[in-house]
Amino acid sequence: MSDCHGCSVAAAILPPPPAADAKQRVVAIIGPPNSGKSTLFNRLTGLRQKVANFPGVTVEHRMGRVKLDPGREVFVVDLPGVYSLNPRTEDERVTHDVLLGEMKGLARPEAVLLILDSTNLSRHLVLAAPVLSLGLPTLVILNMADDLARRGGEANVQELSEQLGTPVALVSAAKGEGLDKVFQFLEGATAATHRKPPLIELPVIQDVPKCRAWAAKVGSQSRYQAPAPPLWTRRLDAIFLHPVGGVAVFLLLVIAVFQTIFSAGKPLQDAVQPAIDASGRWIGGFIANESLRSLVVQGVWGGVGNVLGFLPQILLLSFFIGVLEDSGYLARAALISDRTMAKFGLQGKSFIPLLSAYACAVPAIMATRTIENKRDRIATILIAPFMTCSARLPVYTLVIAAFIPQKPLIPFLLGTATAAMLGLYALGLLAALATARLLKSTVLKSSRSSFMLEMPPYRWPTLTSLGLRLLDRTKVFLWRAGTVILVVAIGIWGLTYLPPSSHGDIGTSFAGRIGHAIEPVIHPLGFNWKIGIGLITSLAARETIVSTLGTIYGVEGEGGERSPSLQQALRNDLSPGGAAALLVFFAFAMQCMSTMAVVRRETGGWKWPAVQFAYMGVLAYLGAFVVNRLITAWV
Amino acid sequence: MQLDGATMMPQGLEFKQTRFEIWFKMQTGFKKRAQPKRPAAARNLMELRRGEQGVLERIDLPEDDARRLMELGFLPGHTVIPAHSAPGGDPRVFRVDGTEIALRRETARKLILRDGLPDKPEADSARG
Repeated sequence: MSDCHGCSVAAAILPPPPAADAKQRVVAIIGPPNSGKSTLFNRLTGLRQKVANFPGVTVEHRMGRVKLDPGREVFVVDLPGVYSLNPRTEDERVTHDVLLGEMKGLARPEAVLLILDSTNLSRHLVLAAPVLSLGLPTLVILNMADDLARRGGEANVQELSEQLGTPVALVSAAKGEGLDKVFQFLEGATAATHRKPPLIELPVIQDVPKCRAWAAKVGSQSRYQAPAPPLWTRRLDAIFLHPVGGVAVFLLLVIAVFQTIFSAGKPLQDAVQPAIDASGRWIGGFIANESLRSLVVQGVWGGVGNVLGFLPQILLLSFFIGVLEDSGYLARAALISDRTMAKFGLQGKSFIPLLSAYACAVPAIMATRTIENKRDRIATILIAPFMTCSARLPVYTLVIAAFIPQKPLIPFLLGTATAAMLGLYALGLLAALATARLLKSTVLKSSRSSFMLEMPPYRWPTLTSLGLRLLDRTKVFLWRAGTVILVVAIGIWGLTYLPPSSHGDIGTSFAGRIGHAIEPVIHPLGFNWKIGIGLITSLAARETIVSTLGTIYGVEGEGGERSPSLQQALRNDLSPGGAAALLVFFAFAMQCMSTMAVVRRETGGWKWPAVQFAYMGVLAYLGAFVVNRLITAWV
Repeated sequence: MQLDGATMMPQGLEFKQTRFEIWFKMQTGFKKRAQPKRPAAARNLMELRRGEQGVLERIDLPEDDARRLMELGFLPGHTVIPAHSAPGGDPRVFRVDGTEIALRRETARKLILRDGLPDKPEADSARG
């Protein structure tokens, strides 16, 4: 504290520090879950923010710049939501380490913004005890002031400030009200702010009941009036958690997600594709050298196109999940689905991410951020790519159309092709659930009692927060995943186009040679070297195998997976056992570099994507082998 | 279980008893209400009817889980009121300390209630 007095005097005399120095100034935002921490962070920083992982941990944090008046700025770090600073979970350890300046690569914050839910103050004030005992300049921000006032509660800022010995601000982060006081504090905090010891002595911070008693005392001394219960939330819960009505709403939601996936996902992708192709040709027009043109158009632009094609449905799903999360319904959906998910060792919060994985594993894996339990989160990330994503559909459509004659199984209801498709969906789901069981009973075991789910009051989602979320997802996908995807895409282009002596003939290219080389390995699955090439190119993205096979059989551009000549060529080249094996292989294998890149980003390293790739690869190989043997013996 | 009692009934009475019990269960919602005297063993959270107030005595769970529950508001001496539940009654939402927390059945069973009044009847938690 004596240091602070020193610099406050110095700040009064000296001119504002130069900009280079200001870059080092860090202020931490800390608060319990559901206190509106992220909303405040977004309000303060706007678009000047980035997401980062701390070295060696899966906990992510967001850094942002806050512009202050006289051309100064301060870095704000948004820490994970915690109820205490006892370093037991990874989230708490990270928060603890950052606040004590023990986190590598981040200077110790010189001030703290402690954000608490003003409608639930006595409980949230518990976190004030350990935070105030750190001795850092602290602004206590009472959020949701609008809610508090509407429900007839009252918080006395002046008296609470005296009780705590530190400034207090009453704000509504969602509406942007009362934030000037936060900016004032940030300006002051970059110099120094006085703090007095709290009037009621701080409790031993390890003792939860004592901390809670302290918080209650502070609340009543500052004449805090708790608000009436949230009536609208109770009314809505009477519908959404009704034994019959609630389940009906939940099922409608599931159907709506599927409807979105099938009616909007693929068409959106198809709508973007012509634009990408046209722009690729346009770029190609400027390049005279043939090899260079192929590299740019097919390698780079093709890779970019692969990525961009998925962006619309990723954003659509992220928007959908964002509305569910911000409105508070996500917690209700988790509650309703928990019992079913628990049978497979998972929990309710895994449900919506897994559901969206039917469109694409990328937004699903990003959506697992809401799962606080790290082991449950990793398990959900690991099984998400088993869900039948839209990239598998072209492959399934091609092989099923080529090998399974369309006959009605149940007249007017179910044909053989549809049954085969449904079977593949079931196969993916089965693999996912079995893997979840396996993981949760071994390496990712966690106590069943660790499921505790807070039901936040319902709120209107704000466009600002939804917009920022979409921007964040786009950034992660294009920049973080995009770099990996681009490298892989160029690498695969190199394999199919080089050496120059192959003159663009894929059969004699490196990919062709690898296809020939791995033929002995994939022969037991019923695949020849041509399928081998398809497996290599589909490492980039599953649906790539369709265009690769089109190139190999010389039937390019004839309607992709629906091309009759491609189906005919495949029938000549693949046994029924091999065809079934190919379907099973695609159901299980992790052939998606976008997913790999996102898993790496979300788990903070290559360990989990490597485990996932190996596990799914082995499962795909074994599954395809067994199916090929069974069908070959049977037919 | 309700039906266990019914199956032990003499043959002729079985049908009527079962129907009566079903009716009774529908009216009261919980088995414990059918018994005039409270059992000697301490009650746990799962034995509270919806809307019925209970006072927490202790948490019979490992240190880490118990701590997290306390941080969420499940503190000895606080009142707990069951609210909605998922289909099948598991997990169940409990109103505690001004908020609503869902717990799985096996967790809620480890939260033991006491007879008597909450520690601070005037506290704001009672309004939750």
